[in-house]
Parts: sequence; C-alpha cells; structure tokens
Amino acid sequence: MPEVVEPGVKVRLSLTVNGEPVETLVDGYKTLLEVLREDLQLTGTKHGCELGECGACAVLVDGEPTLSCLLLGLECEGRDVVTVEGLTSDGRLHPLQDAFADLGAAQCGYCTPGILVTAKALLDREPHPTREHIREALSGNLCRCTGYLQIIEAVEAAAALTPDDGAKGTAR
Amino acid sequence: MSAGALKVIGEPRRRVDGRAKVTGQTRFADDITFPRMLHCKLLRSAIPHARIVSIDTTKAEALDGVHAVLTGDAFPIAYGVLPVSHDEHALCRDKVRFVGDPVAAVIAVDEATAADATRLIHVEYEPLRTFAGPDDSLAHPEPRIHDYGDEGNIHKLVSLQFGDIDAALAASDHVFDDVFFFEGSTHLPIEQHAAVGLKDPDGKLVVYSSTQTPHYVHRALAKSLAMPAAHIRVIATPNGGGFGGKSDPFNHEIVVAKAALLLDRPVKICLTREEVFYCHRGRHPVLMRFRTGVRKDGTLTGVDLQTLLDGGAYGSYGVASTFYTGALQTVTYDIPRYRFRGCRVFTNKPPCGPKRGHGTPQARFGQEVQLDKIAERLDVDPAEFRLRIVAPPDSLTANFLHIGTIALADCIRSVVRHSDWKNTFRKLPHGRGVGLACSSYLSGAGLPINWNDLPHSGVQLKLDRSGGVTAFSGATEIGQGSDDVLVACVAEVLGIDPFDVRAVTGDTDLTPVDLGSYSSRVTLMMGNAAVQAAERARELLADAVSKRLGVPKGRLTFAERRVFDAANPGTGVSFQEAVCMAEAQFGTLGTTGSYTPPKSAAQFKGGGVGPSPTYSYTAAVVEVEVDPETGWILVPRVWIAHDIGRGLNPTLVRGQVEGSVYMGLGEALMEEQVFRRLPARLSNALVHKFPSILEYKSPTTLDMPEIFTDLIEHPDAAGPFGAKEVGQGPLLPIMPAVASAVYDAVGVRIDEVPITPQKIVKALQAKAAGRDARYGPASFPEIRWPEPLLVTPPWEGGDGRASNEPARKKRKAEAGVEATAGVRA
Repeated sequence: MPEVVEPGVKVRLSLTVNGEPVETLVDGYKTLLEVLREDLQLTGTKHGCELGECGACAVLVDGEPTLSCLLLGLECEGRDVVTVEGLTSDGRLHPLQDAFADLGAAQCGYCTPGILVTAKALLDREPHPTREHIREALSGNLCRCTGYLQIIEAVEAAAALTPDDGAKGTAR
Repeated sequence: MSAGALKVIGEPRRRVDGRAKVTGQTRFADDITFPRMLHCKLLRSAIPHARIVSIDTTKAEALDGVHAVLTGDAFPIAYGVLPVSHDEHALCRDKVRFVGDPVAAVIAVDEATAADATRLIHVEYEPLRTFAGPDDSLAHPEPRIHDYGDEGNIHKLVSLQFGDIDAALAASDHVFDDVFFFEGSTHLPIEQHAAVGLKDPDGKLVVYSSTQTPHYVHRALAKSLAMPAAHIRVIATPNGGGFGGKSDPFNHEIVVAKAALLLDRPVKICLTREEVFYCHRGRHPVLMRFRTGVRKDGTLTGVDLQTLLDGGAYGSYGVASTFYTGALQTVTYDIPRYRFRGCRVFTNKPPCGPKRGHGTPQARFGQEVQLDKIAERLDVDPAEFRLRIVAPPDSLTANFLHIGTIALADCIRSVVRHSDWKNTFRKLPHGRGVGLACSSYLSGAGLPINWNDLPHSGVQLKLDRSGGVTAFSGATEIGQGSDDVLVACVAEVLGIDPFDVRAVTGDTDLTPVDLGSYSSRVTLMMGNAAVQAAERARELLADAVSKRLGVPKGRLTFAERRVFDAANPGTGVSFQEAVCMAEAQFGTLGTTGSYTPPKSAAQFKGGGVGPSPTYSYTAAVVEVEVDPETGWILVPRVWIAHDIGRGLNPTLVRGQVEGSVYMGLGEALMEEQVFRRLPARLSNALVHKFPSILEYKSPTTLDMPEIFTDLIEHPDAAGPFGAKEVGQGPLLPIMPAVASAVYDAVGVRIDEVPITPQKIVKALQAKAAGRDARYGPASFPEIRWPEPLLVTPPWEGGDGRASNEPARKKRKAEAGVEATAGVRA
C-alpha cells in the first residue's frame, strides 16, 4: 500500500478475487466495497449503511469475514477476496446456497450475500457448529425479513451435508 | 378443485427467484448502471420549520464535474400518494417542514463531487415555530405547517358512531377506561432507497426504482412532470426489504427523472442510511383512549375509541392511517356498538405513513392489553374470555365490514395447547410470565386509493409452441414472494412445474396494472387474477385437445406437464403439444385475468378504509423473563397460530410469520423513531435522535426466541385456492402479548411500547411505593371532535349509510380520470 495517495490519481491494485488474479487502477479513497461494485462490477456484495453497522457488505478477505465498507481497496493489495459470486464452483451452488434457497433463508435477498460468506467462513472453520455458534457468527448481519430462524436452519442443513474436514468451497 | 388434487399449491418449494437471491444476481436498483451515468445528491434542510428566503447555487454550479443544480423552481406541481394529500414537491419551494426535507439537488459526474457541491449551496431561511409533537400542534393553530387540513395544524379529524355507544356504556356492568401510547418506529429495510432515471432511445422517460408501488410512482411522475403517463416507464426493481417504507412516490425518484430529461443522460441516486431515516413514512406515534363496556358474563357492550396520531410533516398515507387506527377492532371481536374518533396532526418531523400493519398495530396494542385487564378483573382466563367474544363468520360488523371465514378460535386453542398455557399462565415463578393476544388484518384493501371502477390487479399470460408460459403482472417483488405466488397459481391450473413459468413483473410498460405490494393485497388479488388468466388458457387448450383426441373437455386433466383423459390416463398429449394444438386452432395465444374486490356494505363517508375481501386472524402467546431488579427483559419463546386460509408455499408463509414476530418484537422491546433538540449553542433544532443502524436498535440473531408456528388452514372462497394474507397480521399480537406477559411476570402494566427495562423499573418502583403499578400515559387530551356521522349497526336496522350525512355528490366514475392522469397539471 502506497504511503500517500494523491487525490485524483489512480493507484494500481493487484489482488485475487474469487480465485482469479485481478489487476486494476482504483481511486485511492475507494473502499473495497466500492472497488468490488463499481470497478469490478461485482454487484452481488450489498451495502446497507456504509458505516460498518449492518453486515450486508461482508466478504471474505484471506478467509475471514470482513466488512468491505470499512476497508480501503488499497489495503487488499495481494490479498485473497471471496464474494458471493465466488461461492459457486463447477457450475454448482455451494451447499449453503442450496439450503438458503430451499429453506426460505433468503426473502428479499439483500442481506443474503453477506450472510452466506459469513456462514461459509464459519463452516470452513467449524464444519458442524452448534446453533449457538451459528447465532454468534451471524450476529453482526442484520436481516429485516426472516426473523433469522430459517437462516439458522439453512446453515444447519448445509452443515449436515458437509464432510468433517469442512466445506472448503466444495459443491455437491 | 379439491385439495387432494393440488400439486404445486401447499407444497414447500424453493421460490422461483431463490437461485438469483443466493447467487447475488438479483438486480437491485443500485446495482443498475448505464454508460454516461451521472450521480445525484440532495441538499436537505437542517432546520425543522422555516420559510425559504433565497437559494444561491452559483458556487455549486461552478464546481468542476457538476452538470446541473436543481431547486424547487423546477418542480411547480405538487404530488402525493393520496388524492386528498397532494402536498409534496420534489424539492421544497417556499418552506421546509422537517430536518431532512430536500431543498436542492446536484447532478454531477460522481457521488463525491455531487456531495461536495451540495455544501456550496447557500440557503437563507426565516425560521418558524417548531411543532415537536401533538401537544404543540393542538395548542397552536398558527403558523400552519400546511395551508390545508381540517383546521390549524390538525390534518384530519374523523368521527364515526355506530349505534348509541353512550347508552351501551351506561348500561354496562363495568366500563374500562384506559389510555395507551405506541411510539413510532421505522421500517429499516437493509436496502437503501435508490433510483435511476434515463431517456430510452425513443426519448421516453424510464425510471428504475426500489419501490413497492410502481403504479403510484408512474402517476406521480406523470402529474409532477406534466407528461403523458404513456410516455413514462417505471420499473420496480426487486426491493431489498420494503415493509411499507417504499410505498410512497418519493422526491428523489422525481428529481432523477427530471434531471435525466434535462440532461439526456442516465442519473442515479442512492440514499445514505441517514436519508432513509428521513424518508420514513413509518409507524405513527399514537396516543389512544379505549372505553369498553362489559357485561358480567364477559361479553362486550361497546367500545368508544379515541386516537391521536403524530403525522409528521406531510400527508403521505396519513388520512388512511388515521382511519385504520379505528377500522379493525370490530373484525376480531363481537362489538355491538362502536364509536371511533381519530385526529392526525402535522408536526415538523419526517412524515409517518404505512409500516407493516398500517395504523392498526397501535390500536390493536391498546385493545388487547385492555382485554387482558378486563379478563383479570372478571377473574376469567384471557384465552377463555376471548373465545367467548370472537366475531362470528360470514357476518357484518357494527361498522359494516364483511367477515368471511374466521379461524381465530382455532388459533387461540392452538397457542393455548402448544404453549401449555393452562399450566403456565399465572403459575410461573416471579420474574417469568406468559401473555396472550390476538389480531386480524386485511387481505388487501377493498377500495382503491384513486377511486375508480378499474381492476386492482391484472395478469396476462403468453403461451407459445415452445411450451413455455410467461406471466405478466404489475405486482412488485419485495421479498415476500409475489413472483412465486404468480407462477405457482399459473402452474397449478395448467398442470406444469412452476419452473416452466417465467414471471415478468413490476414494469409499467410490459405488465398490466397491479396497485402495488401494500395492504397485504398481492396474494389474494394478483393470485385471483392469475388463476383467472390460467383458467382461460386451460379452456383454450382443453378445447383444442378435446377436438383432436375426441375426449370430452370435462374429462381432460392437466397435470405432470400433460393433458390427458382422466378416465384413461394413457390417452393424452404433452403440455407442449396441447399448446401447439391450441395455437393452430385459435392463433397466437394470450389470456388475461383481473381482480376487482366485491362492493363494500359500508356506504358512509370514511367507510372506504377497512373493507377487505377477507381478513386473516392470528393468536400468539409470548413468554418473557424479567429481572425484577434491573427490568431487563428476555423473550425465550413465542407460540403463534395464523389463519392463513391456505398456505400456497408453506416455506414462505412460515417466513412471513416468523419475520412478523421478529419485527413485532423489535417494536415491543427496542425500536423507536424519536427526536431530540440540538443544544441551544448549536441551533436548538428538532432532529432525529439517532439516524443510524447502530443506534436505532433492532433485534439480531442473539435476540430471537424460539418460535412455534402453526398454520391454520380453512380455505376462504375469496382467496386463490383459499389463501388469505400473512405478511402483516402476525406482527400485531406480539406487542400486546409481550406487555401482558410482563404483567404476568412481575405484576406491572406497561401501557406503552417499546417496553424497556427503564419503564419496567419505574413501574416496579411505583408499585413498591404503593402507587399505580403501571407505566404509561396519564391522560388523553381534550379534542374538539366534530359531530360524529351516525351509522346504525346492521342488527339495529342500519343500511350502511349515515343518517346525518349531508348528501354527497355522486362519485364520478374515475376511469377517465385515471386514463388521463398524465395530462392533468
């Protein structure tokens, strides 16, 4: 990350997004959220406050759930970013995506991308979490539609399909 | 069609738009971009009430990257959602009425430049008295916030009487007189409102917006921009949550439309979270007084209700909201005589409007908590008490609302059984308690906002030789699953899979009018229109197949993507072949369906709010744990039973019930849209107390209880396959059930929401000091009510008209008005 970014001067940014290397020129002031949505056209990642309050913009940075509205794009130089667009593999949905779609965990679908990546990080770390751990892991992601229960059940259903060594992006 | 024959309806299924939502491919309004697109920011008033003396935009216009600066001069024509309240301009012209009212717009090359430019605009204001609440507005008729309304700063006064309520109360064994307060709250959709305006290649206007009501946005654009409606296309993008907060036509939608027309470039706006709090249109704060007469046997003699609504700065849906605070009390319980008087005042705060339950949750709270008090006084179990007074099915109420099916008694019995109520109510240890409450809600408003004889919902079907079916509907997907209802109804009738049906919705160029996703109307109204369109298509296919196969039409069955002889299932054709046969016989295939609600029996002025084709019913038991030292309150479990008629997709129905419980708990325990004065050294202005998600507390995963949901299915003939609404009704019993559970737990009445630890502690302190063990409003103010319209209840010989109403001019059929709305200035 450069020490000083002159206003109006674009800065080169190299990172991995959804498993693919990306090189782009970005405004230094842009958040990772803005880089993803505006420069890379990855609009699957949403925003609800742009102040780190709602969790809608969560993505995985080096495998950790991260609020992309609180991180500058330039802070992601050389890092590995996964968004909702990166959850599918080999043309198939991630078990979490299937479970969310089947079990009513996405109503309006706006908070869903942030919740999906947060849940993926949980299952990657803990393939068979308790209900309490699921609630804790998702407590920073606000959803106004569902009342959360169908979300929690969908994570449990996906976990039930997950081998003990973790989901790791595998798909059924 | 018998229930056993249903293949799609009633089965838990992945919703048709489920894949798009879990892959991030649903395109919300702010996901839409166009080449050469510009960005818009609004300058909003920092003063609650002031006359605009002058606006200087020269510095803003001179900033590099700024393409245009607009002020109220560009928007001479007022608009609003209700015909009686066209009191908004896209940008303020003469006055600002609350902190957040938009006074200017900057259109620039990017958001940052537009935001910088708004800070270069100089507005000179002449401050006016601030009206912070109803007391101010009732006490001071001048200066008027608006130059219309019933008097001074009173927007609307309603006074309706159904039978001699005073005589009924005088003859009662007991009269209960209670005052309650329900604080305002906001929708807090996670998606911030966004809109994009542009000219299409033909030069016509296109507006994409996160709106629940593209039809009303269409009308407002046509009026405020003085353009033919036929030259405007409104596309409702899927909403990232609505809950009523995206039901009004909004100033920002009109601003980007105007800017796109002026600049001939796409213009986008996406509101900040703070601005979403200023858009509001949320729950009205309501003070209310219930006087209820009861006989010794526990039956009710009558209810006398007064409500006072803090409307905020504009009309919005407020006239309807006012009526709704008094409309549905009679639909739940048998109330022989009834008087309702409601008053909505203007104040200098963001406008209130419809939030999930629209005007009814406030009075439902008061009514249900009072019933709990009555049951205690009569020493009868609150569940038993309600079972005695449940309104009868297929009947007219005192205020001439028609009840269809009512499974409320089944709902009450369900939650009593599942919660083990008989062994828990008044039997749990100190600090733990249970409370029960009931509710009812509309399955769509029976009358349109713009009075006319036109259908409320239309559906068109296209079938072609591919075997594919496309369903076109103006209904708007706000997360509730309206696209899924549409395809499910069509697929069921035609015997195909929901995935075979493509839904095209919410686009005023492509889809027939549906009035919008509000008032819990879509499943019933669009569903009925979809069934009619599909039945007409099935008729065409059956005719062609019958001729080709020589099988009588009545014996043909549509199922499993086949059309076949019910008596000889081997004889038949594929659905695709059936479509080809019909296309060969009739030519290109298309059918339509539409829905208009039945005429209401309520013929008095004001009787237009409350009628519905049928009502849903809900009962809930809430369990609480209250710390008697700190007042800290936890909700571990909720049992809820909902009279759904029939659940079209039980997965989605359950989601609506649980989402309602969630939102109800938010209102019961923490959510408040409240205001404060800035310190005098700043401006002393009345501002939103905390326009941020962090400070506006809403429940998280950690706050949610276990919820036991029971769907009671008694199909109602008014609904598609018997379905009633579910999106709003289940919210209503939660707040009063929490209040009654707190009383059961620690013996204090909290007669207002939200029910916070501080209020519980204050009530406990009052109790310990020997005072009234209660926290809540002390009294209801004196309001000079107009003489009520006198309507005799049906059982006293009434015909639905008011005996003292001045003759009203016969309503013009507004069909022509609707069609020409675009060219009326």
